[in-house]
This record gives sequence, structure tokens and C-alpha cells, in this order.
Amino acid sequence: MVSKSGVTVVGAFFSPFVNRVQIALNLKSVEFDYIEETLSSKSDVLLRCNPICKTVPVLIHDDKSICESLVIVQYIDQVWTENGYCILPSDPYDRAVARFWAAFVDDKMVPMLKELIVAPEEGKAAIKERIGEGLVLLEEAFTKISEGKAYFGGNNIGYLDIALGSCLEFIKATGKLCGLELVEPAKTPNLVGWAARFTSNEAVKNVLPEIDRFVEVLKRIQARAKAFPDRKSWPYLPPQ
Amino acid sequence: MGDQEVKLFSLWASPFGKRVEIALKIKGIKYEYFEEDLSNKSSELLKYNPVHKKLPVLLHNGKPVCESLVILEYIDETWKSERSLLPEDPYARAMARFWAKFIDDKCIAAMWGARKNSEGQEEGIEELTEHLKTLENELKGKKFFGGDEIGLVDITADLIALWLGVLLELKGIELLTKEKFPRLCEWIDDYLDHQIIKETLPDRETYRDFLLKAKF
Repeated sequence: MVSKSGVTVVGAFFSPFVNRVQIALNLKSVEFDYIEETLSSKSDVLLRCNPICKTVPVLIHDDKSICESLVIVQYIDQVWTENGYCILPSDPYDRAVARFWAAFVDDKMVPMLKELIVAPEEGKAAIKERIGEGLVLLEEAFTKISEGKAYFGGNNIGYLDIALGSCLEFIKATGKLCGLELVEPAKTPNLVGWAARFTSNEAVKNVLPEIDRFVEVLKRIQARAKAFPDRKSWPYLPPQ
Repeated sequence: MGDQEVKLFSLWASPFGKRVEIALKIKGIKYEYFEEDLSNKSSELLKYNPVHKKLPVLLHNGKPVCESLVILEYIDETWKSERSLLPEDPYARAMARFWAKFIDDKCIAAMWGARKNSEGQEEGIEELTEHLKTLENELKGKKFFGGDEIGLVDITADLIALWLGVLLELKGIELLTKEKFPRLCEWIDDYLDHQIIKETLPDRETYRDFLLKAKF
């Protein structure tokens, strides 16, 4: 399939990882086609374009397929330079710091949110506390990295803003689903301010999913995990 | 970049730490090595990696970089004039990052699964077999994942080259054989025979004894 711009994103509306790709393309003013994938039955597109990439997001650019959201964001940053927007910082040390915290989001924060969604009631409080501790670390990181500016990336949205910011609705929806306040403004005031700026940014505001739709998706995942305890991994779909 | 202070805090038995050493050696960067004792973490480690308290940590002019893949990219971007660890072409670069992540996320998880002594082991072995087949396919037509020379993916795959073989041997699992994975086994031979790899990775016997003692 060929889009007019040669760029297609295969995604799922509620996926923070897909949102990262959309935000990055928006920041670079790149037009793209979007194909919504229903994860319960993988479409021909997903199976055809890259046999190794079994999940969204997938970026198709001039018939080449790339998967893994942060790999895609870095690809986008390197390929599209016309509008002069830089997603990653230019200094190697700053890049390392951004990558470190993006990995923290993916390796620590996201798994904890998934854990919370499927945890039994009595286990939820402990996970909530760990998520809170993670958010405090991110608050400290924000204070240090932003140096008083609006975003982790400085005056403009950067790599780490995209990595963490894409998860904001996920955090909100998880909290709503579980009836818990995961973000404590008193403990993470700067992060709260940053979150408001990020979600209202032009490149972001039409990308992040509507919260109640997201909660419905999480409810389904939660129900599947409960109904099929032998399915071990998110989002607990039957084997394909 | 001249004579700038480079220190590495690591463990001789850690594949993650070894990745960093391989990269530093490929780039010809002089560094000071500090062996850590995990049962008695140094105050430096706690100071430089307060978030994870893990190794390796690279200290460059007093500034810490943590997480092995982050460190590898940092090394590549900082010491640009030396041989590149990643390809320049955006798509090839993306693929290299993808494969490194594949090894770190999927292969390691499967290895942990195969390590279990319970029913989890069969599932782990199944998963591992699938991932090794994927890597086998990726190696077709290439000497190394990086092409003619070792690159980011080969460096990341140090745990496939050494650690996996030792683990499977100790568990009595016959999986990584020339019959099942001819290209991968050839890659392992070429990799372990590479000058820099030979002088950096621990030898198989030493590592095997270490794992046995650690009651793996």
C-alpha cells in the first residue's frame, strides 16, 4: 500500500506507543496515513509488512517497515529535517540522559501500570505506591533536565517528553479504572504542570485518546486477564 | 576526544558490562576499570546510579551514563571519529536498534524462562527457540549482524555468544546446535574468535565454574 506521502502508521488509538509516533510525525510536519489495527485479529497489513513486528506501532516509509516506538521516533528524527525541528537533544550526554529516562518509562513505569490493571484488589495499594515512587523520580528528573523550561526537551517537546507524555492518558485511565489517584500533585507539582502543557500542545492534543474510550479498552483487557489466567501476557489475547 | 577521564564500574561476569568494554576497545578509548562487589555496593555506584543501583556505569569526565545500550550509543556519538558502532543510514540504524532491543527484551526474557526448573522451562525453551530462529534468519548472507564487522547488535548479542551456551550446557538443554542453527553457531565461532572479543570476554570455563558456584 502506498500513501500519498509515502508514510503510513499502523496503530491502535489507545496505545501510548503508537501515539509517540504520531506526535513525532506531527512535530516534524510530516503527513501520514493511519491504519487502525484491531489487536484481536491481526490484519493483513500488520502480518505482511513485517513478519518480525507482530505489534503496533509500525511505521511504513517507502515500503520499509520499522517497529518499536522509540526506534521509530529516532528514525523520524533522523530522516525528516526540513522543518528544522529536533526531537533528540544535540549533545551526546543529554541524549544519553533522555534515553535513560525513556527506558525507565518503558521498563519500569509501563509494566507497573499493566500490573496494576490486572492485580487483585488487595495487591493494588502496593503497586500504587511503587508507581508513586517512580513518578517522584521523574519529577526530580524533570526539575534537573528542564532547567526551568517548559519541557524535558527545553522550550520545545523532545524525546523524553514524547516517551513519558504519551503515557499520561494511560496513567489517568488506569487510575480511573482502578478507582485510584495515581498522580499526587503535592508530590509531583512540576510534572503536573508539564503534563498540562504537553497534552495541550498542538502536535499532541488530537493524538492522545479520549479517556473514557481508553478506560473501556482497559476494562476489556482486565476482564480477559481474569477470565483466562493461562494467558500470561498483555493484552491477554488468545494465541494467534 | 583526547585524554578525557573515562571510568567503568562493572562486573567481570556481566554480559552488560562486557558490552561496554567491547565498545570502548573498538573505539580505542582508554579507560579505568573498577570491579564492583554486588554484595557490598560501593558508594560510587550508589551515587552514580541511584535510580537502578546497577552496573555497568560509565563515568565520563565525572558524568555518569547508565544502562548498557544507552552507554553504547553514548560512546558511538561521543567518539565519532573512530569506527562507528551503528550504521549511518537511517533505516539500517533503526534496524540495528530494533535487533538490539529484540535481544535485550525478548531473548533475555526467554533465557530466564529456560533457566527455571519447573514447568515454566518448557515454555521458556519454546520461546527461546523461536527467537533464535529469528536471529538465524537475520544472519543469512552476513558474517556478523553488523555486516563485515561487528556492530551494535553483535556487541549486544554477547550474551547469545557466550552466556546462552554456558547456561544451556549447565541445564542440559540441547538447543544451540550446528544442526538446528548453523548460521548462528558460525556467527558465535567468528565472534568469539574476534581479537577484541577474545581479549574482553571471560573464557567459557571460568564462566561455567562461576555459574556452577553461584548455583545457577
